[in-house]
Amino acid sequence: MNGIALKPGQVDVSHGPILYLEDVSVSFDGFKALNNLSLYIDAGELRCLIGPNGAGKTTLMDVITGKTRPDTGSVFFGQTIDLLQMDEPAIAQAGICRKFQKPSVFDMLSVFENLELALATDKGAWATLFAKLNGAQRDRIEQVLETIGLVELRSQPAGILSHGQKQWLEIGMLLMQEPKVMLVDEPIAGMTHQEVERTAELLLSLQGERSIVVVEHDMEFVRSIAKHVTVLHEGSVLTEGSMDEVQNDPRVIQVYLGD
Amino acid sequence: MLIYFVSFVDKLWFLGLFKVWSIMKPNSFRWCCRVMLGFILMSPTLSIGQENAAEDAFSAALSNLKAGSMQERGQAIEQLAAVEKPQAVAVLQALLDGRLFNLKADGKLVIGEEVETDYKLTDAESGENLGMVERSATQKITVNNSLRTSLRKIIGRLQLNDDNAAVRLAAVSAMGQSIDDQSLALLRGQLIMEQDERVQNAIKLILGLEQLNSPDKRVRLAAIDLLKDQAGRNVVNRLNGLVEKDSDGHYLEADSDVRNQAEAALSKINSQLQAYAAIETLFFGLSLGAVLVLAAIGLAITFGVMGVINMAHGELMMLGAYTTYVTQQLMPNHLGLSLAIAVPAAFIISALAGIIIERGIIRFLYGRPLETLLATFGVSLVLQQAVRSIFSPLNRSVATPEWMSGTLQINDFLSLTWNRLYILIFCLLVFVLLLQILKRTRLGLEVRAVAQNRKMALAMGIPTGRVDALTFGLGSGIAGVAGVALSQITNVGPNLGQAYIVDSFMVVVFGGVGNLWGTLVAGFSLGIANKLLEPYAGAVLAKILVLVFIILFIQKRPRGLFPQQGRAVEG
Amino acid sequence: MLLKNDKAALSVLAVLAAISLIVPVCNLVFAPGSPLYFSSYTVSLLGKYLTFALLGMSLDLVWGYCGILALGHGAFFALGGYAMGMYLMRQIGSRGVYGDPLLPDFMVFLNWKELPWYWHGFEQFWFAAIMIFLVPGVLAFLFGWLAFRSRVTGVYLSIITQALTYALLLAFFRNEMGFGGNNGLTDFKEILGFNSQSDSVRACLLMASGLILMLAFLVSRWIVNSKLGRVVTAIRDQEMRVRFLGYRVEMFKLWIFVFAAMLAGIAGALYVPQVGIINPSEFSPLNSLEIVIWVAIGGRGTLYGAIVGAVLVNYAKTLLTGWMPEIWLFFLGATFILVTVLLPDGLVGFWQRRLQEQKQ
Repeated sequence: MNGIALKPGQVDVSHGPILYLEDVSVSFDGFKALNNLSLYIDAGELRCLIGPNGAGKTTLMDVITGKTRPDTGSVFFGQTIDLLQMDEPAIAQAGICRKFQKPSVFDMLSVFENLELALATDKGAWATLFAKLNGAQRDRIEQVLETIGLVELRSQPAGILSHGQKQWLEIGMLLMQEPKVMLVDEPIAGMTHQEVERTAELLLSLQGERSIVVVEHDMEFVRSIAKHVTVLHEGSVLTEGSMDEVQNDPRVIQVYLGD
Repeated sequence: MLIYFVSFVDKLWFLGLFKVWSIMKPNSFRWCCRVMLGFILMSPTLSIGQENAAEDAFSAALSNLKAGSMQERGQAIEQLAAVEKPQAVAVLQALLDGRLFNLKADGKLVIGEEVETDYKLTDAESGENLGMVERSATQKITVNNSLRTSLRKIIGRLQLNDDNAAVRLAAVSAMGQSIDDQSLALLRGQLIMEQDERVQNAIKLILGLEQLNSPDKRVRLAAIDLLKDQAGRNVVNRLNGLVEKDSDGHYLEADSDVRNQAEAALSKINSQLQAYAAIETLFFGLSLGAVLVLAAIGLAITFGVMGVINMAHGELMMLGAYTTYVTQQLMPNHLGLSLAIAVPAAFIISALAGIIIERGIIRFLYGRPLETLLATFGVSLVLQQAVRSIFSPLNRSVATPEWMSGTLQINDFLSLTWNRLYILIFCLLVFVLLLQILKRTRLGLEVRAVAQNRKMALAMGIPTGRVDALTFGLGSGIAGVAGVALSQITNVGPNLGQAYIVDSFMVVVFGGVGNLWGTLVAGFSLGIANKLLEPYAGAVLAKILVLVFIILFIQKRPRGLFPQQGRAVEG
Repeated sequence: MLLKNDKAALSVLAVLAAISLIVPVCNLVFAPGSPLYFSSYTVSLLGKYLTFALLGMSLDLVWGYCGILALGHGAFFALGGYAMGMYLMRQIGSRGVYGDPLLPDFMVFLNWKELPWYWHGFEQFWFAAIMIFLVPGVLAFLFGWLAFRSRVTGVYLSIITQALTYALLLAFFRNEMGFGGNNGLTDFKEILGFNSQSDSVRACLLMASGLILMLAFLVSRWIVNSKLGRVVTAIRDQEMRVRFLGYRVEMFKLWIFVFAAMLAGIAGALYVPQVGIINPSEFSPLNSLEIVIWVAIGGRGTLYGAIVGAVLVNYAKTLLTGWMPEIWLFFLGATFILVTVLLPDGLVGFWQRRLQEQKQ
């Protein structure tokens, strides 16, 4: 250890990165979805992942969140937490949260209840049975409702929300979990222009306290939020850098435009 | 299509073989006798002059046989035996079988063949056909036990001269049943002349058993040496007799060398017996597995290819079984033919029922597997009750054609039942046919396309609705065909389907959904596992153990033995 | 939601209270022939319906709320029933046909010399009362722990639950199991020292069934309205999302599955003294499927829907099997088909939609 006393549950980011992926490979039926991929995400940064279809973006998120086990490689959260030893709920409770490509909220529950379920608290069955919201928790939900702009709709069932509102609600649910890393898969799909702008503001306001990894196809949106962009291609990192650097990289152009 | 047809024709030789095989029923004693009689009647070997003299003696002997006491009858038998004439053997055999009669009307001596409640008669003297007569019109010529014994010997002696090896073999084993010095001498003489190896072996066996009684130690040792290669119930009994003690604790066999030799021979035979027992268990397992595969394979299509849970699958099998029953009622005198007709008929009826179920109910429920489960369960209840109302709540009996009943006796310790053997073959035929349909026909291609990507298939102009209906029809039709097979080994009743539904789901799930080979392997391995466990645990407990095993197995490998792989399956 | 604002729940409770108080009291107080008299037959029939209602409600917790279509729920009912049956058998004492003070008749018949170890303790009511929910609970825990942890879901889970009850059916048919084999447990004499055939005991059993059903309804209602209830519903709709929120989905499934199994066990224990017999046929897969249809008809995902469905279907069964027995399976089968195709939310869902349409 490097001399820093860690409390249980605390993530050691003393060396900078919060996520370490090294030489990760995943194959389905001979198809290499990830091929010796190595990637580092710094604490507090907002990173955008781009790449053509089938580049392995979603598989990468599956590996980080425990949904898919890699065939080889290592995945660490901070310097001490080995994510490959943990299952999805454990990883989520450790502070890595994920928004799915397709918005998945609980249609039958109200907006408020959706956020309540996401609330960071004891998530055991018995504790949940007797759970009662205290004042601080109520305030936190109100705060998030405000952040995602759904205060008015708090007691409506989530099923009646528009596509964009569902995306925000899901981001809100991520926030309720007090994550250290947020993995956000295609956050602006199906949003109007104004909604896209608000989403960009929202994500920008969130960086710093937490690391955010955004997967997105919309280059304009990526340009508006990202300082640092990683391009994936055929399961490994093609290049990294600022948006301008990346966009002018001949290899990236070739990948996107073909020969 | 052409390729498929050629390959199909290619397989026809097998069907031909199948047919020849079904007509023959080798090795059974009855069969031998029948063939033997046929050969005897067709062997015109005697010259004319002798014939006239023999003819007179024959007639005289026959009339002696008709009248008189048992003693006179015995003399008549000796007379008949002296007549060198094939018909004489036939008369003796009929006498032994209790098929020799006096016609009450004119006192003529006749041989009768049972046909339902009547007799089909042939003249004892000339062998000419006399047509049918009621039983009451005849009077049986009776024999007592001692006459029966001597009849057997005489017939055996006469048959030892027969040209046909199978007849001689039968005669030898018949003589082996009750051996005396006279027949021993006869057999020794025969052994020298005998050309056929199987007959030789049979004689050696009898002689060897006899030599165990010899006072000469060397003869006994030689006999044991000979017997150790002959697995048979009587050999084991005799050898056991050599190594056992009597009630006073003395060995029945005084000589220790002979005892040791016998022990060694016994252990050799025992290891053979264990091998036979293993083969038998394997056969029982495979035949049970064949039933499971037949029951599950239609389900593997509807469940595996279409993702539809068809709880009425068992009842579709039941429909197939009842179809067999009905065709048999329609043509009671042609059991084999009715069975052959029942296979396509059951396929069509169950397939139609399946298509109606798919078009009427299931197509409204695609993508809701649990709902299809419930709705088709409703269908199964309706079908059960329909059968109960139409036929009866009681089991109906479906007769088995003669060539399917009985056993294939390989030796004293190994016999395989014909119906199970046929079902095993039938199962493999159905499997191969189904595989070919899926692989080589247009329908098969469309079915696989829809199974892999419904939207894409639709976009390419495949009429998915029609394909669904046909796939479901195919799976259901196979269930019907399975029902025909089941009707041959189990009771046909309204509950027939229920008994198999849990089992067949287990087979599909164990094998891996969407994989016909998985279903085959799973069916056979579950069948064998069941039969392996049965001797230790009993039938019911074995079944429970297999069920528990599958429950645990599914937890470990939720997608079965041969899982479908790839990204499409994820999530 | 507060109880006083929940009209449907209140009316269900009121009807249950009325049945479980008025019917038995009228049965005991009024003479036969009086217009207010309820026959003993009606009393035991209603008692049976109420235990079925409890059973249906317990399946609804698992299926309607958590989305697990358990096709072996009848097994827990039967296990509870057997636990009660064992207590009742031990109460027979030396009044059996063979007069053995210790061994039940069927054991004497099988030439058993001593009581199997698992029959000890059942002479005490308190012990049997614990076993009634402990045995189904433990089985549900073991089975659920294995199944949910390895993420067996959907159709596969349904099929292995069916295999579970089928395996138990086969096992309980065996005489060697020591539960009376084919015939099961019957010829009961006394329950808690009272003649179990008498009118007053039957009336009390109806009351007890009603009270326990009401209590179970209130507890279940509290559970489904708790945060745990919301997590469970969320699992039904978006299992993956719940897992990524940090909940151990398998633990929640296990919790609700075990709770429902215990309720089913209690239902079975109340059922057995009212019908006077428990035998292996209660384990048959068909019985478990019938429970599913009660819930489907009533409307899954509402507790009172399951109660209404159970009572309605069983009332129809009593009527039809008495009137034209061969019609019953046609009716049940047709109901299965019609409900799943036309009324996916059941009668209660249909009714609620009608009400909403009228409001608009």
